[in-house]
Amino acid sequence: MRLEARGAISPAMAVAAPLAAVAFTLVVAALFVAWAGAPVGRTYALIFEGGFGSRFAWSETLTRATPLVLTGLAAAIAFRARLYNVGAEGQLYAGALAAVAVGGLHGGTGFGLPPAVLFPAMLAAAALAGAVLMALPAIAKTRFGVDEVVTTLLLNFIVLLVVSMMLDGPMKDPTAMGWPQSVALQDELQLAKLVERTRVHTGLLIALALAGLAWGVLRLTTFGFEVRAVGANARAARFAGVPVTRTILAVALASGAVAGLAGAIEVAGRTGYVTLDMSPGYGYTGIVIAMLAGLNPLGVVAAAVFVAGVLVGADSMSRAVAVPTYIADVIVAVALLSMLAATVAARYRLRLR
Amino acid sequence: MIDALAAMLANADFWSAVLRVATPLVLGTLGVLLCERAGVLNLGIEGIMVAGAFTGWLAVHAGASLWIGVLVAAATGAAFGLLHGVLTVSLALSQHVAGLGITMFASSVAYYAYRVSFPNVSTPPTIQPFVEMRWLELPVLSAQTPLTLLALALVPVVAWILNRTPLGLAVRMVGENPAAAEGQGLSVFAVRMGSIIAGSALMGVAGAFLTLSAFNAFFFNMVNGRGWICVALVVFASWRPGKALAGALLFAFFDAMQLRLQQADVGGLPYQAWLMLPYVLSIVALIAVARRASYPQALMKPYRKGER
Repeated sequence: MRLEARGAISPAMAVAAPLAAVAFTLVVAALFVAWAGAPVGRTYALIFEGGFGSRFAWSETLTRATPLVLTGLAAAIAFRARLYNVGAEGQLYAGALAAVAVGGLHGGTGFGLPPAVLFPAMLAAAALAGAVLMALPAIAKTRFGVDEVVTTLLLNFIVLLVVSMMLDGPMKDPTAMGWPQSVALQDELQLAKLVERTRVHTGLLIALALAGLAWGVLRLTTFGFEVRAVGANARAARFAGVPVTRTILAVALASGAVAGLAGAIEVAGRTGYVTLDMSPGYGYTGIVIAMLAGLNPLGVVAAAVFVAGVLVGADSMSRAVAVPTYIADVIVAVALLSMLAATVAARYRLRLR
Repeated sequence: MIDALAAMLANADFWSAVLRVATPLVLGTLGVLLCERAGVLNLGIEGIMVAGAFTGWLAVHAGASLWIGVLVAAATGAAFGLLHGVLTVSLALSQHVAGLGITMFASSVAYYAYRVSFPNVSTPPTIQPFVEMRWLELPVLSAQTPLTLLALALVPVVAWILNRTPLGLAVRMVGENPAAAEGQGLSVFAVRMGSIIAGSALMGVAGAFLTLSAFNAFFFNMVNGRGWICVALVVFASWRPGKALAGALLFAFFDAMQLRLQQADVGGLPYQAWLMLPYVLSIVALIAVARRASYPQALMKPYRKGER
């Protein structure tokens, strides 16, 4: 058995491969649903209805998609340069803590600054926190050759413990009756609702703008070209005069900053304060979204909405039929693996010799 | 502080705890090591440990014997290893991404299966786990279960296979220079596939140690980063089984110590600061050894026959 490179990827193949992956995912997930003893068709219908079937469903899906667009972007930007930042989860929490540190502490006075100054300062602090957190593994990679996957993964655990420490100590909300949550952000710093009587907030617009920006930078600028060159072949890029180390560091900072922003926007748009469970693995799901999108920033938006719909839909489905919500995680994981296999099928021909 | 430390080090219970904490790390690290010596990174370990912990426990809960549970966990690991092999060896996909995908898949399937099997339990059902080997009548070892003994015994076995047998030579060759191995008539495909499956089976057993020996039930998030720590330990051990054991013990030493110091409330630090120690140490160890780390040359490089 061997793989043989196809000359060029035919447009038909480029469309058919992801569709085949989605179809395969639905079949595999159907087996899991059937195993739980639930009617497959009805379960799928309930997931779809819960995720996309009504105005309310769409509002919940878009609310959930907002942080996912950002963590998906964080992964997509980094993976483009073959920098495997899988620490978006930790960077998100670091950003959330930084946002509350700027916009919530000091007895809510916010240094006595007006919201017009404080709001950008809050976002900047969150971006900085995420970037700094990603700088350590990036420097360890470029200077010492330490694999960034393991360091970023381990940092996620460390950050979560720091969050827990902060919620027990300096950032504890004394009025929360011992519930582990941070002090709340000032009301003036909370993001406005985009649609009335829903939870969709203007953070969605920030996420979309960043996706457009990332697409433009990667596609249209010299820096974007250098990022893609480093990702395609770092040695060749270095030979051609691309500053590889500098590019990797810049990508790391950008990726960490976007993930940090995700934390600030979640706090400012949805929760209002930091809790230990404010992210049900958005950082990890972002990796899947980036891969589903083929690392394309605009594709990230579509993939994030799809995944958010599945997550939201599974939540509402499991209230009606006896299928655990974990089916959403199974669907997302199978989608990732089959999409990976589909990319190979599009580029290579399988020869059974 | 010094007195507390001295008392701790003189206590046999402390050293028993070190060995107990080290056991899943030894098994997992050997598993990662086998995969990586053949040239394949296996980031599926975290999820494979969750799956092994679940299936091993489920088998015992359904009435099988403890050792059958261990075998079931090994088979579960092997199955996910096969999947990882298909993705990374047959399809030559990015080993990073495929491994993360396996972790997500394996852990979500395990959690899903747990919820399907036990929809309405508030406290996790328990089993009768492995018992300590009191009959050994040795100071630290008799406080361990047979799985710890198995883990310790596997270290020289894996070292012997890797360094002294033709099979081990084949594994190392495939991990260093697959093209040359193919030239010698070896099948890179078969050797890599075999190594991943065997290594993943060990990861499954590492997970099963948690449910069949350390605890007596399956909890969510019970693996809690141990798999990633194993990946770090393999680099720290420069891909040698003996050093892997030493690394796992050293690591377990600090982990057991932080637990004691945390309970004794030494230094007035918040407990989270102590809990961080294992993860911080792993990162420090990685950076410390990085300069002289001698990676298997073909690690993370997919091999396609006839392609350069």
